[in-house]
Parts: sequence; C-alpha cells; structure tokens
Amino acid sequence: MLIARVVGELVATQKHSSHEGRKLLLVQPLNLDGSDRGDAVVALDAVDAGVGDKVLLATEGFSAMTSVGRPNSPIDMAVIGFIDHIELVEGVA
Amino acid sequence: MYFGRVVGSVWATVKNPQMVGQRMLVVQPLTPELKNTGKPLICTDSIGAGTGELVYWVRGKEASFPFSPQEPPIDTTVVGIVDEVHVKRPVPAAAPARKNSRKNGPC
Repeated sequence: MLIARVVGELVATQKHSSHEGRKLLLVQPLNLDGSDRGDAVVALDAVDAGVGDKVLLATEGFSAMTSVGRPNSPIDMAVIGFIDHIELVEGVA
Repeated sequence: MYFGRVVGSVWATVKNPQMVGQRMLVVQPLTPELKNTGKPLICTDSIGAGTGELVYWVRGKEASFPFSPQEPPIDTTVVGIVDEVHVKRPVPAAAPARKNSRKNGPC
C-alpha cells in the first residue's frame, strides 16, 4: 500500500462493467516527506474520497478487487482509506 | 490502473492462439495534465478504443479478466475510454505568494 493524494477525477462512460457505480480517481503517490513519488495513477474509489484527500492506495489486484467488492474483475488499484496522521520516529525512518 | 492516450495499433499474424481476434493498441502514458510520461507500451483492447482517445488500462493478471473464461497471456488491457479529466492539484510551493494575502502574512 502507498500513501497518496487524490489530484483529480476521470469521467468515463465506456468502461468495463465492473467499474460502474464507482468513482475513478487520479491519485498521486507520495513520499514520506510529501513529495511526488513517480507518476499519478488511476484508482477506483472504495471509501468515497475526494480531490485533495490524503489516502491509502492499494496497488495490487486482489486487495483492490475485494475492497470495492468486485472479485475477478480488471481492477488493480483502489483507494481503501483516508490517512489522518503519520508518525515517524526520528533517526529510525 | 494507468492513464494514457492511444497513439497507434499493432498487428501480429503469428501469436498465441488465445489472442486471435484481439486488437492491440500502442498507448502513451500521460500525466493528469496530459503531458507524455514514460515510454509507450502495447495493450490489448477490451472496449473498442481507437487512435487518439484518452483511455485507462489495467496491468497484471487482472488484464486477462475482461476475456474470461479465456485466459490469454496478456499483461496490459485497456478497460475504459476517458471522456473528461478533472484535475485540481495543490498549489505548488514555488508559486509566488499574493501580496497582502492573510495566509502568507507574518501572523
């Protein structure tokens, strides 16, 4: 799982049926210091997240599919939680 | 899933029997701001996307699920055509501060 920020939404009418009824979010993975970590990705929304929210991003098929309740469907990324706070121990992290 | 644009097609006459009849697209990954990022790749098509269209694709074993119960040996499949992109990134730290702005004031 990755720390990420929701930076946008996609609108798609023609898509796989398993994606219907769920928001498609553009999500930017983040480093611990809050800087961008690689490129933004597209994730299905399992927690009703919105633009600007800091979220937990599942980046693997099984976890993404089960979190949105659509097993055996072409889903490999999903927003599965909101991040309220991250605590780091100085000198260890 | 990943976001990009279809920039071409690929034809292959000799290929795995399970892939017969499948279209293959050349896809250029894009940033949310529609700028090219990374190198183009080949995706199979499960929804009828055409050249020039914005799409998103899925990567890994999940890429074969749209063709179930067949299990073609593919690892990237286009699963949606994007009609609109709404992006709202946080203001970059380097942006010049507005004069007399309360947010950027000393207090």
